[in-house]
Amino acid sequence: MSAPAMGTTKTAHSDVAPKKKRGPGALATAYLVIYNVVMTAGWLVIAVGLVRAYLARGSYHGLYYSIEKPLKFFQTGALLEVLHCAVGIVPSSVVLTGFQVLSRVFLTWAVTHSVREVQNEDSVLLFVSAWTITEIIRYSFYTFSLLNHLPYLIKWARYTFFLVLYPMGVTGELLTVYAALPYVQKTGLYSVTLPNKYNFSFDYHTFLILTMVSYIPLFPQLYFHMMRQRKKVLCHVEEYKTE
Amino acid sequence: FKHGICTVEILDAKTKDKLCFLDKVEPNATIGEIKSMFHKSHPQWYAARQSIRLDPKGKSLKDEDVLQHLPVGTTATFYFRDLGAQISWVTVFLTEYGGPLLLYLMFYFRVPFIYAPKYDFTTSKHWVVHLACMCHSFHYLKRLLETLFVHRFSHGTMPLRNIFKNCTYYWGFAAWMAYYINHPLYTPPIRYYINHPLYTPPPIYGEQQVRIALIIFLFCQVGNFSIHIALRNLRPPGSKTRKIPYPTKNPFTWIFLLVSCPNYTYELGSWFGFTLMTQCLPVAFFTAVGFIQMTVWAKGKHRSYLKEFRDYPPLRSPILPFVL
Repeated sequence: MSAPAMGTTKTAHSDVAPKKKRGPGALATAYLVIYNVVMTAGWLVIAVGLVRAYLARGSYHGLYYSIEKPLKFFQTGALLEVLHCAVGIVPSSVVLTGFQVLSRVFLTWAVTHSVREVQNEDSVLLFVSAWTITEIIRYSFYTFSLLNHLPYLIKWARYTFFLVLYPMGVTGELLTVYAALPYVQKTGLYSVTLPNKYNFSFDYHTFLILTMVSYIPLFPQLYFHMMRQRKKVLCHVEEYKTE
Repeated sequence: FKHGICTVEILDAKTKDKLCFLDKVEPNATIGEIKSMFHKSHPQWYAARQSIRLDPKGKSLKDEDVLQHLPVGTTATFYFRDLGAQISWVTVFLTEYGGPLLLYLMFYFRVPFIYAPKYDFTTSKHWVVHLACMCHSFHYLKRLLETLFVHRFSHGTMPLRNIFKNCTYYWGFAAWMAYYINHPLYTPPIRYYINHPLYTPPPIYGEQQVRIALIIFLFCQVGNFSIHIALRNLRPPGSKTRKIPYPTKNPFTWIFLLVSCPNYTYELGSWFGFTLMTQCLPVAFFTAVGFIQMTVWAKGKHRSYLKEFRDYPPLRSPILPFVL
C-alpha cells in the first residue's frame, strides 16, 4: 500500500499486510539495500550541507544554492523507484509511486530550477528541509526492513514525523509555486499560444494554479491515509509488546 | 438427477449472515429465477446488482445456470455480494456518445462564452473545419444508431460509477478537440496560407493531406460498421452464445483473417484519419489514448477467444496484423 504523496509523505510499503508469497530474490535484495543506503547517504549529505551553510552564513536565506546539485541528483534518482515497482522487486503500485516521485521531480526542476527568482524564497528551505528529514527516515526504514532488523525507533519515526513534516512540506511547496506565478506569467515560461501548426496551446501559469488547487482534495486524503497506517502499524506492535 | 423440491439459503459473502431462506424451489429453477425470488424479500437489491456464488470468494454464477446441475445438495447454500448500483449498457452508451455529438456542435457554432465575444455564432472560414464537423458528428451519430439497432450486449448492466468515468473521458476529450478545431485561430493543414479574403490557395500539400485523411476516415467508418454487423449476425436475437467470427462476403470483413478485433482496428484508423485531417495535437492525443485502451481490450478478447476455442485461427493478432 503506497500513499501517493505530493511532496513529503512517505511511500507506505506493505509492512502491515500479510507476507507476500514471492519477495525479491537475493540479488534484487542486495541491489535494493545498496540503493536505499546510497539514498540515505545522499539525503544526509543534503542535511549536513544545509546545516553547514547555515552556520557559515548565519542566516536561513539562500541556503538552496549550497545543496542545489545533490538535491537535484538524489531527488531525480528516486525515479528508479518507479522502475523497481514496474519490474516487481518492490511491491508498491507503479502508478502511485510514479505519481509521488513525479510530483517531487516536478517541483525540483519545473518550478524551483526553472524559475530562478523563487530560489531565494524561504518557502524553498521549508520544503527542502521537510523532504530531507522525511527521506532520511524513509530510506533508512527500507534499508533496515530489507535486512530484517528494523529498530522500533525508525518505524516510529517514519509513522510519526509525517504529522509535522507533511504539512510543513506542503506549505513550502504551495508557497513556492505561488511565488513563481508572476514570473511565469510575465515570461510565458513553458507556454504555447495559438496560432500554430499543431493547433495546440498550453498555459503554464494556469497549469500551476490548477496544480495548487489539486492539493485541496489530495492532501487530506494522503494525510489521513498515513494516520490510519500509523494506527495500524504502531498499535499492532503495542499489542505484541503487551503479550 | 434430483426429484422433488429443493430449499435454498442465501448468505452474505462477507458477514455470512443468513439473508434469505427459500423453500419449495423447483430443482430446474435457474439462478435468474432465484435472483427474482431474492429480490422479493430484499427489494433494494434488484437482480442486476446481485452476485450469487457457490463460494464466498468464487466466481458469480450465471443467470442461466440450473439449480439441479450445480454441485449442491437438496439444500443449496449460496453466497451473495452486492455489485452496487447498476446502470444499463444502452443508457451508458447513449449518454457517453450523445455528449460529444452535442458538445462538438456547440464549439462548431461558436456558442457564447467559449471564444472571444466578437466570434459568437460566427463560422470558421476554413472548409476543412466544416468537413471535420461533419465527420465527427457522423461518427457519433453512427455510434448512437449502432447502440440502438445493431449491438447485442452480453451483459445487461455495468456499475453506476462507470458512467461518470466514461462520460468524463468522452465529453472531456470531445470538448478539448472541438475547442481547437473550431478556434478562430485554427491553422488548417494548408501550407502557405495567406489571410486575404480574395486569396485562393493553389491545390498543394495541405489539400492532398485532407483528401487522403477523408478517404481513410470513410473507409474505416464503413469497415467498423461492417464488423459490427458481422458480429451481430454471429449471435441470434436474445441469445448469449459466443462463436468465432469469420470473414463474410463483405470485403471489409476479410480483415478477420488477420485480426481478432477488427472493429478496434478500424476505429483506430478512423481517428488516425481525423488526426491527419485536422492536424491538431489534442486529436493525436485522443487517438493515442484510445489506441492504448483498445489494445488492452483487444488483447483481453483475443486471450479469451484462445481459451474458449481450441480451433482458433493461429494467424490472427489482437488488433494490428502481425504486430500487436
